[in-house]
Amino acid sequence: MQRKPAILMLANGIWFKGVALGAAQETGGEVVFNTSMCGYQEILTDPSYYGQMITFTSPHIGNYGVTPLDDESPSPTVAGTIMHEMSPFTGHWRAEIPLDDWLRASGVTGIGGIDTRALTLHLREHGSINGIISARDGNLESLLEKANNLPLMAGLDLAKVVSCKEPYAYKPRGNWKSCGLRVAVYDYGVKRSILEYLAREGMEVTVWPAQTPASVVMASNPHGVFLSNGPGDPEPCDYAVRAVQELLGVIPIFGICLGHQLLGLALGGKTYKLKFGHRGANHPVRDVESGRVSVTSQNHGFCVDPASLDPEKVKVSHWNLNDGTVEGLRCTHVPAFSVQHHPEAAPGPHDELNRFAEFRQLIEQWHAKQG
Amino acid sequence: MPKRTDIQKILILGSGPIVIGQACEFDYSGTQGCKALKEEGYEIVLVNSNPATVMTDPDFSDRTYIEPLTPDSVAEIIRRERPQALLPTLGGQTALNLAMDLHRSGVLAEYGVEMIGAKPEAIEKAENREVFRELMDSIHLSMPRSGEAHSLEEALAIISHVQFPAIVRPSYTLGGTGGGVAYNMDEFREVAARGLNASPIHTIMVEESILGWKEYELEVIRDAADNAIIICGIENVDPVGIHTGDSITVAPIQTLSDTEYQAMRTDALEIIRAVGVDTGGCNIQFAVDPATGRRLVIEMNPRVSRSSALASKATGYPIARIAAKLAVGYRLDELTNDITGNTSACFEPTVDYCVIKVPRFTFEKFPGADPTLGLQMKSVGETMSIGRTFREALQKALRGLEIGRIGFGGDRREALPLRSRERQAELRKRIRIPGAERIFTLRAALDAGLSPESIYEATGIDPWFINHFAELAQMETLLEQELPSLLTDALKHADAQVPAPLASLLRDAKCNGFSDRQLAAIATRHQRDKAFTEQDIRSLRLRADIRPCFKSVDTCAGEFRAVTPYFYSTYNGTAGTGHLRDMRLPEQESTVSGKPKIIILGGGPNRIGQGIEFDYCCVQAAFALKELGYEAIMVNSNPETVSTDYDTASKLYFEPLTAEDILAICDHEKPDGVIVQFGGQTPLNLARTLAEAGVPIIGTSPADIARAEDREMFSALLEKLNIPQPENGTACNDENACRIAAQIGYPVMVRPSFVLGGRAMQIVHDETQLRRYLQEALSVSADQQILVDRFLEDAIEMDVDAVVDKEHVTIAAIMEHIEQAGIHSGDSACSIPTHTLSEATLETIRDYTRKIGLALNTRGLLNIQFAVQKGKVYIIEANPRASRTVPFVSKATGVPVARIATKVMLGYSLPDLGFTEEPKVSHFAVKEAVLPFERFPGAVITLGPEMRSTGESMGIDNSFGLAYLKAQTGAGDVIPDKGGVLISVCDRDKDAIVEPSRRLAALGFKLYATSGTRALLEKHGIQAELAQKIGEGRPNLIDIMINGQIQIMINIVAGLDAARDALPIRATTLSRKIALVTTVAALNAAVEGLEAQCTQKPYVAALQDYY
Repeated sequence: MQRKPAILMLANGIWFKGVALGAAQETGGEVVFNTSMCGYQEILTDPSYYGQMITFTSPHIGNYGVTPLDDESPSPTVAGTIMHEMSPFTGHWRAEIPLDDWLRASGVTGIGGIDTRALTLHLREHGSINGIISARDGNLESLLEKANNLPLMAGLDLAKVVSCKEPYAYKPRGNWKSCGLRVAVYDYGVKRSILEYLAREGMEVTVWPAQTPASVVMASNPHGVFLSNGPGDPEPCDYAVRAVQELLGVIPIFGICLGHQLLGLALGGKTYKLKFGHRGANHPVRDVESGRVSVTSQNHGFCVDPASLDPEKVKVSHWNLNDGTVEGLRCTHVPAFSVQHHPEAAPGPHDELNRFAEFRQLIEQWHAKQG
Repeated sequence: MPKRTDIQKILILGSGPIVIGQACEFDYSGTQGCKALKEEGYEIVLVNSNPATVMTDPDFSDRTYIEPLTPDSVAEIIRRERPQALLPTLGGQTALNLAMDLHRSGVLAEYGVEMIGAKPEAIEKAENREVFRELMDSIHLSMPRSGEAHSLEEALAIISHVQFPAIVRPSYTLGGTGGGVAYNMDEFREVAARGLNASPIHTIMVEESILGWKEYELEVIRDAADNAIIICGIENVDPVGIHTGDSITVAPIQTLSDTEYQAMRTDALEIIRAVGVDTGGCNIQFAVDPATGRRLVIEMNPRVSRSSALASKATGYPIARIAAKLAVGYRLDELTNDITGNTSACFEPTVDYCVIKVPRFTFEKFPGADPTLGLQMKSVGETMSIGRTFREALQKALRGLEIGRIGFGGDRREALPLRSRERQAELRKRIRIPGAERIFTLRAALDAGLSPESIYEATGIDPWFINHFAELAQMETLLEQELPSLLTDALKHADAQVPAPLASLLRDAKCNGFSDRQLAAIATRHQRDKAFTEQDIRSLRLRADIRPCFKSVDTCAGEFRAVTPYFYSTYNGTAGTGHLRDMRLPEQESTVSGKPKIIILGGGPNRIGQGIEFDYCCVQAAFALKELGYEAIMVNSNPETVSTDYDTASKLYFEPLTAEDILAICDHEKPDGVIVQFGGQTPLNLARTLAEAGVPIIGTSPADIARAEDREMFSALLEKLNIPQPENGTACNDENACRIAAQIGYPVMVRPSFVLGGRAMQIVHDETQLRRYLQEALSVSADQQILVDRFLEDAIEMDVDAVVDKEHVTIAAIMEHIEQAGIHSGDSACSIPTHTLSEATLETIRDYTRKIGLALNTRGLLNIQFAVQKGKVYIIEANPRASRTVPFVSKATGVPVARIATKVMLGYSLPDLGFTEEPKVSHFAVKEAVLPFERFPGAVITLGPEMRSTGESMGIDNSFGLAYLKAQTGAGDVIPDKGGVLISVCDRDKDAIVEPSRRLAALGFKLYATSGTRALLEKHGIQAELAQKIGEGRPNLIDIMINGQIQIMINIVAGLDAARDALPIRATTLSRKIALVTTVAALNAAVEGLEAQCTQKPYVAALQDYY
């Protein structure tokens, strides 16, 4: 198949010529890379990637097509995608549609034929950077200008943009046995797998818009509150930080990724942007208490600064073995904990799945203590 | 947990001689293990009977035992050395089985030796298929329906509830020896009986066939704190039913979704935990139904394996090294990823390229053997390639296989001269049968118009792969149409810029892995009167600035900076990028240092005649270069080797060994020298091309190498030096050959020139035989020349290895072959020092060696083969390069011959290096060859001028006889010291066996003989019972062999035809594990050994005790 040419222009003037994929229009965002070897569909539908263009380091993408079963949200949420080669064919038994057709139908523009390794090394050395993919505009100077007009990720509140607009009860795919507990999920861009794993613990899951005040959530009488993953910088999400502060000590809390960062901020800590983030399915994380190491799925550009935390209130429960960044928090006096990585995986290893059971147990114990 | 301090001395077991299913990957893992533990301060005791290994170099362990890997000899070593721990997981199935024997017999308990790496309980759980099945049940994982049988009756009971086709797997055999698939009851009986026989515990599993399912392997590592990680997932391109060692495999896994892959990963972690491999690596195989995703566990190996070597090379993660560290108590998170230098070893590697392994077969050496692939491994080597895409990697792998193929397609060898529909039917039939070259047949099927769907239906290969094959076929069609005219035009204007359409087409082809030679062949296909050359393509390509870039293997897909220089080439680089401001993308990841640098060319995939011995030499060369402060750059494509370990050389390029690929590296690195004399025939064959392209070859010049290989030039040289050689001639056609043979007089030895391992070499006794031979041979030789030599009957052969500088020749060793001349030196046992030759003969040999070494302007290694007939010394051939015997010589004498030779090549003189005297040894070292006949039922079991052995063992002791016995034992041919001996000898050799027979009788053996032999023995007053020949009535000699009356079979025949007749006898010795002696010389050596054994105990000692 003859594909349209396309150009990827980075905001620092480096450009790549390739071929247009998917919708083959024009799109822009922060260029980041993910080193997972499979799970492209889960990545492309993860709302945490909102505003970002994903570079897949794996050279063959699309090998097993697309199936609605692997969606993490109803449609792709990335700003764009960059790859070496898109597989036009698949013989996989689960596949319903080839990846390219799905991207086109979803209006996502991508670019193929890119030396994604060279791009990745560049991002590693110089940090994540904004970029434009265009199959419409062949003028390099014009593309550079567009790339430089994109907003910077630092300081961007995207959680409220991707969050649901109305609360809803999550309908699980599995037929799980109820344990009689209700969990309220703050949706900053929640992945479906997280909701499913909460439901698998037997909990009834209600999803709330990101900006819902704590009092409204509490009025629904949940047993626990979950802070979801999501895109963007946690710092501008003052509404969320406020809500978490109100909930701390009132109800058991569990946060993942952005939810973890918001918990850190609510505890008085600070967050900072990593040079090129952690995005992949092979990051080792050590549990301080057990000493055990799990291989985890990760997707974050921001991090909690451990020096900013009050050791009286909160302890770091998990560390990243590669760069020593914070991977988990546990409050000392109140029932709240969080992890920076993704225990729900999707895609990635299932080493940390029991965090969901841990949350249920925390809720059970806390409510038992409250009488 | 830091490392254990309660153990100080660790015993490591190697895997013994190279055999099919257990090759130099265990030298690689063992060498890593020795290094990893030695640097922790442990005292290492190593046992391995294979002298060709890097690990048995005395530098790698404190106590190096080249002794047979038998319970008795290892028990003796344990008694002497008193290690606290035994690490059995690095030496393949051999080491694992041996460790279990020592555990069961109580030796380990008696001496307080702890098994580390894998506990006996864990090994038992993984290796005993019934126990393993129960374990899988207990963790709710499925395996194919099956049952275990200890007899044919039990097997028949099981088959009644398992559907055909059924798979038979013998327990405790390596590489699935003796396994097979049965499609009907008759076949089942046969396969089951063979399997029961092959299993050392007489046990087989009978399983539901899942032929056609997708097959996967995961490499898993776990530490004592229960941290467990997957290093690599490997997908077999060939579906279940073909041994994974014989399958084309790809990494990472390409056709599983994350959901499926993670479920498999979780299963694998549960399995390693359930089995209880708590400090090391293992390999777990799965099958997946392509229609439903249903997943079954096939098996688990609680040790490092061929696949883990592949996984290590594919990802950069050193599995054996880490497994060794875990075995002594380290946790994964306490170890560093050496590739990045500053991230944790406790993570899962991720790759951003595609790795393909293709096995290499050698059926042509075993006429009569069944070349169909199945559950029993038959390949003798493999090549691995790395490309950015599956297509690029596939083409690199196929040209890296070194079987004369230029890639996936281009040469059209499988094209059939039939009409289209018949052709399709025929090809569809052929691709159904998995064989060594199915991938090429499949390529022809695409040309013949078979659809990807029908190919999938016929082969079970996943459509994703087939579609890539089809894409390459389409690309070739496009190239075929467009290249010729574009090339013609561009070649006319030598100075002009290469036109954009051609440049773009070439770039596209290169991105798809097409080699220059392949492009030339495709462009030439429909040309009437002209041929495009590889050089045409290369020059145009370089004019258009289309060059590969080198990317690094870094375990992490670029997330962290790599400190280890491990590279592969790709054309899928930064072409099509640019910059508007100051920021630029770096062109190359492989930065060229300012240090003096030397490139060492490796030997490529293992094959019979070119294997681990040459890898040993390349590794030694790298060490020598590093010692002298050079940057040592290794180029090789064999994932099993030590040479391709990430820290052997200063820099590693994992690339096919073709002129194009090597020139690309030379263009980039601009080396000060390239070493071609250590990697066997592969780099030698490239020497001329490389030299013509301006590459500085160091050591003996390509012209001088050619002078030794070219018969006429060499004969002229010998004449000048007044050194006799057997009368000979070079023929370029049949008539010519017959005329020369008639002149010389039969029997003659015939062979093609420029081949290694005596490929297609034969002794022919008359013109009919010669003509039959010529038909086959002319297709083997690259330059179509046939060498005809007078065959020296009853001569003794010698090998000499020497190092030569500008002015000096120092002999490292003179080896005397045990078998008479006419048997390939690689298949013949040999001894250091010589044991029957007179001092005068040895002086003559030394004199000739010196003369030839200097006359050939040799710089570095020189190997000469001599034959002595009736006291006269003849030269058979001289090779100014590393020989197969270099590692044996080094181990026998303690002289690091290859290192010295490397330094000589760099300009040092032998006196500088202190190597001026031929080493004198007071012990005996005997090398014995190991032959793979049991893998090739149906093949004629005989030794001849064509090399067939896969490996070797060495025996070292104070007497020749004991050293010989040890070598035999090490080679797996234990010569029993009591029992029955059956003698059946051809007339020619009857007189020669009288004395040895008498001595055997004196040793207490009961003799049996066939009628003629018996009459002769009786005449000499030796009692023997009559053994009736086949057809003379029952019970015949086969019956008494099967009945267990015979422990040693002496079967000496004259000529190939007689050997063919002896096949049933020799096959019975194989299946009944009866020692087989086929030459008088071997008989004498064995008798000498048995006699020595009566008066003295074998002396078990480490190399460090000998020198």
